[in-house]
Amino acid sequence: MNRDTRIAWINGLLLPFLNVLTAFVATAVVFLLIDVNPIEAAEVLLYGSFGYEEGIGYTIYYTTNFIFTGLAVAVAFHAGLFNIGGEGQAYVGGLGAGLAILFLDPTLGAWVFIPASIIGALVFGALWALIPAYLQAYRGSHIVITTIMFNFLAASMMVYMMVHVLRETGQMTPQSELFPTNAWMPFVHDVMAGFGYTIEASPLNLSVLLALLCSVLVWFFLWHTRWGYAIRATGKNSTAAVYGGIKPKRIIIVAMCISGALAGLVSVNELVGYQHRLIMDFHLGYGFGGIAVALMGRNHPLGIIVAALLFGTLYQGGAELAFEMSGISRDIVVVMQGLVILFCGALEYMYRPWLVRNLAPVNTQGELGATP
Amino acid sequence: MNDIFLTVLLTLDATIRVSTPLIFAAMAGLFAERSGVVDIGLEGKMLAGAFAAASVASIVGSPWAGLGIAILVSTSLAMLHGFATITHRGDQIVSGVAINILVAGLTIILGLAWFHQGGLTPALSNESRFLSITLPFVEQLALIPVLGPIYKELISGHNILVYLAFVVVPMVWWVVYRTRFGLRLRAVGENPKAVDTAGLSVIKLRYKALIVGGVLCGIAGAYISTAHNAQFTRDMTAGQGYIALAALIFGKWRPLTVMLACLLFGFLDAVAVRLQGVSIPGIGEIPVQFIEATPYLLTVILLAGFIGRAIPPKAVGTAYVKER
Repeated sequence: MNRDTRIAWINGLLLPFLNVLTAFVATAVVFLLIDVNPIEAAEVLLYGSFGYEEGIGYTIYYTTNFIFTGLAVAVAFHAGLFNIGGEGQAYVGGLGAGLAILFLDPTLGAWVFIPASIIGALVFGALWALIPAYLQAYRGSHIVITTIMFNFLAASMMVYMMVHVLRETGQMTPQSELFPTNAWMPFVHDVMAGFGYTIEASPLNLSVLLALLCSVLVWFFLWHTRWGYAIRATGKNSTAAVYGGIKPKRIIIVAMCISGALAGLVSVNELVGYQHRLIMDFHLGYGFGGIAVALMGRNHPLGIIVAALLFGTLYQGGAELAFEMSGISRDIVVVMQGLVILFCGALEYMYRPWLVRNLAPVNTQGELGATP
Repeated sequence: MNDIFLTVLLTLDATIRVSTPLIFAAMAGLFAERSGVVDIGLEGKMLAGAFAAASVASIVGSPWAGLGIAILVSTSLAMLHGFATITHRGDQIVSGVAINILVAGLTIILGLAWFHQGGLTPALSNESRFLSITLPFVEQLALIPVLGPIYKELISGHNILVYLAFVVVPMVWWVVYRTRFGLRLRAVGENPKAVDTAGLSVIKLRYKALIVGGVLCGIAGAYISTAHNAQFTRDMTAGQGYIALAALIFGKWRPLTVMLACLLFGFLDAVAVRLQGVSIPGIGEIPVQFIEATPYLLTVILLAGFIGRAIPPKAVGTAYVKER
């Protein structure tokens, strides 16, 4: 194996593997710090997420959210943009889905409601990303700062909407009226019952198919269409992209709108699929979780599905852990997300110099020619 | 008339208390960003500082011990940021996000394991907090119209960290504009290559800037949990790190204007609290959410160049690669 192939192996496989491993080891250390046996914890966690049908349903339900936000972050990453505003876009997407349902005639059928709510979520999520994208492309303000600000703006706006505009009459809690049953995304257990299979009820709904469809579409879009090529070219080197006839400003807008739209779909799973009404803070944590998912999944839809499943497992298993063991809570998942972002993102190349030195040393005999 | 005067005074008094952590954090961000390192992690460092201060103060019983540990913890996180972004040239924003998320989870997990109070730290007694200080001659001067109440309500009666914040700002100005370190700091954020060519270490300068920032964030955190409040609660910084970041941009990376931006944002916060459910004649009730959103909106508008222009240090966000 020559040096270039070795380096490709290091970058492509060994490094990501070591990074994830480091994040896991660090999580184990956190478990030890709080006096919990990591192996015992892992057993409880795995049982909670895969040990029984309801648990599996919850796991896939959470996974769905992480697929949406992971894809959202990844599409922006490919354009060289860091969309930190997934939280806000998911939240505002919920407004779009909710408004679409609440303003339609409640007697309409599911064939109107479900597509309408999906379109509502897509459009509102995209709009909430469009403004920061426009400001980045045409006014030179940094996308990271504006999307952070837009997360807070979304939170304020949603509180206002929930308290003053959409609150169910006669209710103290800021939540909207229940969606008409026609507008509910079918539960998987109901669908399966229709085919004659009985499985335990869980929040898992058909949005998971939407998430898988989005994964395929994103893969096709990024690697097999002209726009996808333009996005990746801009992300790799926007100056070079200009010489290829690509307009980076337009690419920023397109990539961010797709990113925001994908983040907005979290609300389809959460609200249309399970809560069946517009509620506060349904989105919390998924936007940021998406960053960890995208980094761990190497910005590829397949990797994202795997990483999302891991975080979905942790999310559901974490709930079981908090239930079974005292002195621990689901926030351990947040710790793990932080560690994944740290080791797979910020410290991505920590082991690289060491690995290259040991596994692919520069050949001084001149086989490949020493670099000057 | 007197009533309105007192209301204004009390609102301004609240402004100062709310602005204090923003000032510390924004000054921390100023050092980092002036040296060329973006610091999204202000929030996480403050939160970690708040947790450390409240934990230690509740065990040891001294706010000073809490402050010391808060500074230590916050500085360690700053060093982690430096290790990732300066030494390993990782993405500065990703690293900051990692720190924020890690701390958000870790403070709850550790708090739960150590204190068994649902992630809170025990409530602090007065001995283990920073209490307000009554300045001398308050009673004697209170009789003087206008100035007396201003002295009594606005200037006297804050805790030591509040006064420290307003001492830190001119100190930061002096360090950044009048010392050799400050000159190098500004240079390394604008043109690191020139600094390198002059025989100075870009890496060392940036680490130094992050250490200063870590110390300041630690103080901000200790203020939030042991001076402004009396225990650590879940996610208690509540986005103040991001507000400080906004103030840093709004103040265009200059100490005095950044402080004014912090005071403005603090004032909006104080007004929002005071206007809750109050109907203003002629206007009606202003939604609190609207006032709360103003700092973010102002920053977005400023960044977009619609009111003035905010130009960051030129080298901010990029790791320095020495050519070999």
